[in-house]
Amino acid sequence: MSEPLMKLHYTVDGTDFTVAGEASGAVKKVLKQLGISADVIRKVAIAMYECEINMVIHARGGVIDVEISPDKIRMIHKDVGPGIPDVEKAMTEGFSTASQQVRELGFGAGMGLPNMKKYTDEMNIDTELGVGTTVDMTVYIK
Amino acid sequence: MTVKDIAERLELTLKCGEDGVGREVSGGYVGDLLSLVMGKAQSGNAWVTIQTNINIVAVASLTDAAMIILAEGLSPDPNAAKRADMEGIPVYSSEKTAFELVCELKDLV
Repeated sequence: MSEPLMKLHYTVDGTDFTVAGEASGAVKKVLKQLGISADVIRKVAIAMYECEINMVIHARGGVIDVEISPDKIRMIHKDVGPGIPDVEKAMTEGFSTASQQVRELGFGAGMGLPNMKKYTDEMNIDTELGVGTTVDMTVYIK
Repeated sequence: MTVKDIAERLELTLKCGEDGVGREVSGGYVGDLLSLVMGKAQSGNAWVTIQTNINIVAVASLTDAAMIILAEGLSPDPNAAKRADMEGIPVYSSEKTAFELVCELKDLV
């Protein structure tokens, strides 16, 4: 297993929708500078943004660690939110527990986790009620 | 066709993000649920929506959309406009409905 070439760390503010997307935007810029293909960048950016938004909507924020290796990009999103009671249900397209206020902003379509799964090559959710959730995603650089 | 060309043909009003008006547009997407847009909009698209909050700029940036067109005479929120200027993503407004805009866009992109 290769050691990451670059490690990035971000804190997601759980109170402010207006800053959600800053981490994914920053990572997108770094990957662009590294000459990573547009297709890989798109996958990473979409998966990270969905996860950031989830952290704001459901978990009062959290932290993101990104590891960039020659062959893959790994994103570990960790929060201390309420946890996901039924992961299988949460993975179903269209299922959402987002509030009306959040829906009015254009979120809560129930596509967050399905999009993350769709755009990553590996995805693992470790969640415990009342303790928090860690979403660990990897996109391979082909 | 560039963003600017499309804006002229559709008689759109530029609200912010002027730095990006020279970009080529290819294809389009219409939608207001941001996660759907995230998954479906393609690089270079013209995106028609009625959402006006700052998150539209993040979605357009991450999907690499070329322009955002707000239907129904809507304008971007002030913080959305500020972010669009920073990112150079043109946001336009039109009095037309999303349906009317898409009908006109069909032959241009």
